[in-house]
Amino acid sequence: MSARDVHGPAPPWSEGFRVVGRAQRKIDGLAKATGAALYTDDLVLPGMLHAKILRSTQAHARIRAIDAAAALALPGVHAVVTGRDMPVKYGVIPWTPDENALALDKVRFVGDEVAAVAAVDEDTANAALKLIRVDYEPLRAFLDPEEALATPEPQIHEQTPEQKAKEPRGNVSKHVRLEFGEVDAALAGSDVAVEGDYEFHGTTHTPIEPHCALAQYGADGVLTVWSSTQITHYVQKALARVLGLPEARVRVIQPCLGGAFGGKSDPFALEFVVAKLAMLTGRPVKCLWTREEVFYAHRGRHPMKLRYRTAAKRDGTLTAVDARILIDGGSYSSFGLVTTYYSGQLLTGPYHFPTYRFDSTRVFTNKPPCGPKRGHGSVQPRFAFEVQLDELAEKLGLDPLELRRRNFQGEHVKTVNGQRVTSNGFLQCLEAVERASRWKERRGRLGRGRGLGLAGSMYISGTNYPVYPNPMPQAGVQLKLDRSGLVTVFTGGNDIGQGSNTIARTIVAEELGLDPADVRVVAADTDLCPVDLGAYSSRVTFMVGNALIDACRKARAKLVTALAENWKVAPERIAFALGRATDRADPARSLDMRAVLQLAEARFDTLGETGAYNTPQLGGDYRGGTIGASPAYSFTAHVVEVTVDEETGRITVENCWIAHDCGRALNPMLVAGQIEGSAYMGIAEALLEDHGVNRFGLHRGPSLLDYRIPTSLDTPELHALIVESLDPEGPYGAKEAGEGPLHPSIPAISNAVHDAVGVRLRRLPFTPARVLAELRAARAEPRGARAAVLSAGGGEAC
Amino acid sequence: MRVLELEVNGDRQEVAAPAHWSLLEVLRYRLGLTGSKQGCDKGDCGACTVLLEGQPVLACLTLAALCAGKRVTTIEGLMPAHLRAGGTGPDPVQAAFDRCGALQCGFCQPGMMLSARALLDANPSPSRAEIRAALAGNLCRCTGYTQILQAVELCIAEAAGSEPAAPAWAPGQNPWKAPCGNGDGRT
Repeated sequence: MSARDVHGPAPPWSEGFRVVGRAQRKIDGLAKATGAALYTDDLVLPGMLHAKILRSTQAHARIRAIDAAAALALPGVHAVVTGRDMPVKYGVIPWTPDENALALDKVRFVGDEVAAVAAVDEDTANAALKLIRVDYEPLRAFLDPEEALATPEPQIHEQTPEQKAKEPRGNVSKHVRLEFGEVDAALAGSDVAVEGDYEFHGTTHTPIEPHCALAQYGADGVLTVWSSTQITHYVQKALARVLGLPEARVRVIQPCLGGAFGGKSDPFALEFVVAKLAMLTGRPVKCLWTREEVFYAHRGRHPMKLRYRTAAKRDGTLTAVDARILIDGGSYSSFGLVTTYYSGQLLTGPYHFPTYRFDSTRVFTNKPPCGPKRGHGSVQPRFAFEVQLDELAEKLGLDPLELRRRNFQGEHVKTVNGQRVTSNGFLQCLEAVERASRWKERRGRLGRGRGLGLAGSMYISGTNYPVYPNPMPQAGVQLKLDRSGLVTVFTGGNDIGQGSNTIARTIVAEELGLDPADVRVVAADTDLCPVDLGAYSSRVTFMVGNALIDACRKARAKLVTALAENWKVAPERIAFALGRATDRADPARSLDMRAVLQLAEARFDTLGETGAYNTPQLGGDYRGGTIGASPAYSFTAHVVEVTVDEETGRITVENCWIAHDCGRALNPMLVAGQIEGSAYMGIAEALLEDHGVNRFGLHRGPSLLDYRIPTSLDTPELHALIVESLDPEGPYGAKEAGEGPLHPSIPAISNAVHDAVGVRLRRLPFTPARVLAELRAARAEPRGARAAVLSAGGGEAC
Repeated sequence: MRVLELEVNGDRQEVAAPAHWSLLEVLRYRLGLTGSKQGCDKGDCGACTVLLEGQPVLACLTLAALCAGKRVTTIEGLMPAHLRAGGTGPDPVQAAFDRCGALQCGFCQPGMMLSARALLDANPSPSRAEIRAALAGNLCRCTGYTQILQAVELCIAEAAGSEPAAPAWAPGQNPWKAPCGNGDGRT
């Protein structure tokens, strides 16, 4: 890490912030409000064909033959492609390339892509799909992760005989076991321990915009793909690899994007398909997925079965945490290697663990592939652990909030797994939700059927592990400044609706003293913009923000020099703000920034600057120690208020107070939007959503009617409370806000239900049927019996 | 193919389209009005909501042929209508959604804003519960609806000349108190 990468939380000028920290309107707000913003499916090119993809009807089968002759003969059909046309494997994680654009020799889930057609319109393409004959040889399908784990053959991803002889892996996708400190000794020496099993179901992103891609292949050999992706850079690399093109001949552009949440962070079949079909036909080709296809493409939250043991001293001080996790990966690796690490690595805050062990196994099953959904890999363990903390508090007779406060890890500490935590506003988060919810007066006193629940969490602000290891910057930006007074930012960062282009405008307007309207942003076009790795791991504000400050400081120095020379004053006297330059010693003297840009263009020639950011060397000194290492961590605390109807088993969340430490809030309105959207999504996962398949591997309800995302009537009052800890390395002290605030929603509901009706919900989703079953079980058992079951295998037994 | 005559955003349009096409297909693929979005094509998400004779309808479930001779308003029509009526800038609903941060990915919002417009045309001072009910057919995945509700309430407050409520994230200050300029990025 160099000086380039760290700029400190305070501005280097004395007047303070003029743009940062205010509720700026979004750079694309009015374009979106008026319908002018163009999303991928809004683009039309002359002569454009439409593609449709044939999907597997089998959960697990070998493909004996594909006969597409009748499809190809249908009038209006221009080309048909199958796996043989694109045999090169890929995967977003370079260590696990196990995907093909279209299935090569076998299919691994119902919905796996098998063939694709380009035709004059969608109706013709759909008719052609019906004419393609696929001869399948069915194989035993695994829909249960335990069964897949216990059954090494048939392998969903077959190893060669040599690989199998060397290291047979059955249907295991990834196994990680890491231990920090002497967990068994700490368990044995503890005063109390709680042990329990928890279950997290599958959920999916459900952006309202279905995936779409459009390709054009020029006669000059340049392939251009417009895609609803959050990772233009990785899509460019994957297209080049699979299609055998140099990366410099592949241009990927992300138009306006209609939501992603991690669901558009893999390269997808449709991007390869439109590219290949455009190359074969010489015509532009578009493919828009149906809503049903989006559900099958998935890459959402991994279902997990989690067993936790947490031990403590009598005063509540944590002594050991021991986790064993089975992860249902679905049919491909996707980000699964990272998911497996994250399931353990991201738990070690905001509380201090003296000892910690996790043993996580991801297995393949014949289901839609799982991947990264908002809060990747850590939402599920956080649910289990935060519920278990409440169980521990109950056993110790402590207020759950007090237990968390006592175990706060502090600021500027190293976690048990070797991660560096810098700023940490978790205590302020606890105080904020405690005050706002009137926790002390109301918890336990709302009467039967109503309750309050609490949970905390931490999350990464970017990761120092780039998907492919390389020494180049993780974020690069470029600025163009000219005599018109306009500054244009070029960034590879993907604005997926979270507002990263607005943040870019905010930072540049602040640094260069411009009216924000005089800063425009060109983003996510691999021909025009320097490389940025994309919108994932909550990295964009932190990394692109720091790169922008780097570029702006260089540009600012030129502007100051040019004006100081012109005014014949010391550079220290020059101040810029909101479109005007002034002389600090003589405030009556001022100049429009447009004129300053002209002075600088005359003095230094055509104006442009680059900026970059790379993370410091971080992480524990062990295999996998860099996965989960982040330059900064965000912290969150939630309190939710629920009512539980004991007749119907229905849980209603009435209020949700969310305090989130995002470092400095560069734009509090956008931060609030991220906090509210995260909490909403977590509550939805807990109460309504369930992404699963039936015994044939068919999705249980691939529609927005059956997969129940909340309407405005289902969503509680959300109260976003911003805590600003000012991180030493974030841009002006900023950290992330887009993923962290989701985590505590789910355990906080379980904890609130316990406060309301005395039952512990350890299995998701919290359906009325489950609530009723728990209530019945609690009535049937004598008091105290369930607590005794929980403590079996606790302190003394270990 | 069938030729049909529609009044779209104040213009009379003659369109030739397959007889089975929905209003959404005609708007997007024949008239190039891509502001109406397709999120599910099944009437579940509400992103395609347009106003037919002033009432919100799901354009993906509305047969275009049944709209012959009728008046259709899409998101592209709101600002021109506001300007024609002597207003400045976008429709107050569009401006309020922008000012309140309600437009994250923006994909559901054309339909959402048209539902909100129809609500306010019918009832200039709905309660929060009434707003929630009127927007319940429009799914949003980004916002948790909070900033959308705030935007509609901002419209109501400004139309009534009263002060809008301050959000929880801005204690002691109200970012929406002062009317804001046109696109200067500052509130």
